[in-house]
Amino acid sequence: MDFVDFPEMGRADLRALRIAIDTAFRGFTRAYGETLEQIFHPIQILLVFIENILIDSPWILVLAGLALMIWALSRSWKIVLGTIIALLLIGYFGMWEDTMRTIAMVAVCTLIAVAIGIPTGILMARFNRANQIIIPVLDMMQTMPSFVYLIPVVMIFGLGKVPGVIAVVIYAVPPIIRLTNLGIRQVPADVLEAAAAFGSSGGQTLKDVQLPLALPTIMAGVNQTIMMSLAMVVVASMIGVRGLGQPVLQAINNQYFTLGVMNGLAIVAIAIIFDRATQAYGKRLQKHLEAVHG
Amino acid sequence: MDETTEATHDIDIRNLYKIFGPNAAAHIDNVKAGMTKEELNAKHNHVLGLENINLTIPAGRIQVVMGLSGSGKSTLIRHINRLIDPTSGEVVFDKQDVVKMSPTELREFRRSKTAMVFQKFALFPHRTVLENTVYGLKIRGVSDKECQERARRWISRVGLEGFEDNYPNQLSGGMQQRVGLARALTNDPEILLMDEAFSALDPLIRTDMQSVLLGLQAELRKTIVFITHDLDEALRLGDKIAILRDGRIIQQGTGEQIVLRPADDYISSFVHDVKRGNVITVRTITRKGQRADTPITLPYDTLLEEAARAMTNAEVNRANVTGTDGTHLGMITLSKTVAEMIAPDTSDDDTADVMTA
Repeated sequence: MDFVDFPEMGRADLRALRIAIDTAFRGFTRAYGETLEQIFHPIQILLVFIENILIDSPWILVLAGLALMIWALSRSWKIVLGTIIALLLIGYFGMWEDTMRTIAMVAVCTLIAVAIGIPTGILMARFNRANQIIIPVLDMMQTMPSFVYLIPVVMIFGLGKVPGVIAVVIYAVPPIIRLTNLGIRQVPADVLEAAAAFGSSGGQTLKDVQLPLALPTIMAGVNQTIMMSLAMVVVASMIGVRGLGQPVLQAINNQYFTLGVMNGLAIVAIAIIFDRATQAYGKRLQKHLEAVHG
Repeated sequence: MDETTEATHDIDIRNLYKIFGPNAAAHIDNVKAGMTKEELNAKHNHVLGLENINLTIPAGRIQVVMGLSGSGKSTLIRHINRLIDPTSGEVVFDKQDVVKMSPTELREFRRSKTAMVFQKFALFPHRTVLENTVYGLKIRGVSDKECQERARRWISRVGLEGFEDNYPNQLSGGMQQRVGLARALTNDPEILLMDEAFSALDPLIRTDMQSVLLGLQAELRKTIVFITHDLDEALRLGDKIAILRDGRIIQQGTGEQIVLRPADDYISSFVHDVKRGNVITVRTITRKGQRADTPITLPYDTLLEEAARAMTNAEVNRANVTGTDGTHLGMITLSKTVAEMIAPDTSDDDTADVMTA
């Protein structure tokens, strides 16, 4: 037997296999593509709606609104001031509209990721079986190169916003699922026993004890999800998502150094703003742990 | 004080067995037929947690269950509200077997009849003192207004007025356990389950909390099941004491019965260091029918220490003892009183009226 060459499948067989799978998938796309697009259409409506609000309103109102939101989350003047300066600079260098598109995109992706992630995390914390099944799926979602799952997404939805959102959510949802699961599992057993001893139902324990105690951890998940959504902005621009990613892509293709750096820095600025704001919020949720009896 | 529910039903624990392990039910017949804990562990890798527990917990009294760690006392108390399911046996309260309750019935039973206080407090860290205290009522759907009224009453009753809006982390251990007690009492349960409730507190605070509990109990008359590993605590609190070892009850009775007649060497070694004068009453050393010429007259349930003090203060060495109805019962001597306080008296005194366990 020859151990130098791997005993691989015949070339013809491999080609036939590929063609068979590709044809089947193309068939599936033709048959159900339209239906799937219909199902996911509301995402497009929501995204366009938010984008329009951010772009069509007077910039000063948008700036004030964002500053107010950051204040509500962080209660820190420093972070709010940093936000205002960063956004003014972004506007001055002509990146206002692209930045608004990116913020809208990240907002929608985060919303969807939270809506999927928290219930999934709860499910995993509740049933070990679900945990066993979902963990490998999450591992795959986080390690599979995003270009690989862009292929079927683009085949079904074509180029545009919706496939962009789907690709970003696939990439950004695992941390919130994992951290929701972790947060609930970390609730001390004696506290759960106390809840049970007082006759709490499963739902009451979840709502009154497990979720509130897991919330700081869940917020860390939301923070990670936002960061990962922003990281995907450039990749998403390859399938037609407009925003700060597109000029970066253009800069790569044409070797426009300054254009690339400016838009890159704008992405970094937004990332830092959202990171600091959500972290400050997470910290505020843990107030009850801070004041320790001396 | 506003109205609270007095306990009116005993808790009857009958033939209770608990085996820990994945296949517990398969081994229950062997254990009932006499397989020992060691054999079960060696041959089948299952742990015998409780073995044939029979205990009647009287309504409105404090039942102490005492034992060292690993004796099964925490397992036993968790069978009363079925936080742990038994392998076999019954726990009857008000003609209902807790073991056979459906999940809904069990939840209702836990909500309305029982409340629990934990060794490590187990307060909800994200809720303030007030929010912790209302928890039991809130999940029953009691209105906010009533929750708050009842909770505030108990918070002030346990001495935490002014701390309603603090988080548990901001309080000392003793204060946290007061919150635990207020949280339990706000539920107005008939049964109060206290799992080593004071064990995590330092000695002074512990004595303080025991006084708080005894003060409340004098008024409330709840059925209290109190778990402890501390004999002094058991003797101070318990109307009845059951001693648990290796999952079996090896003796039960009043504190006095246990101190006077320890069932085996194991219990003797425990009882050895007890301040006997605080546990034993004069009835055990009364010479029946004899009368002394002395100004001191004591009721039969006077503790030896008090009797000795009364005689010493009056500078006499004899005292008359009266019975339940106040009639003359007999007399005691100071020397016998002191002797009985110091060590187990094995001298032959055929006139002493020793109670039988």
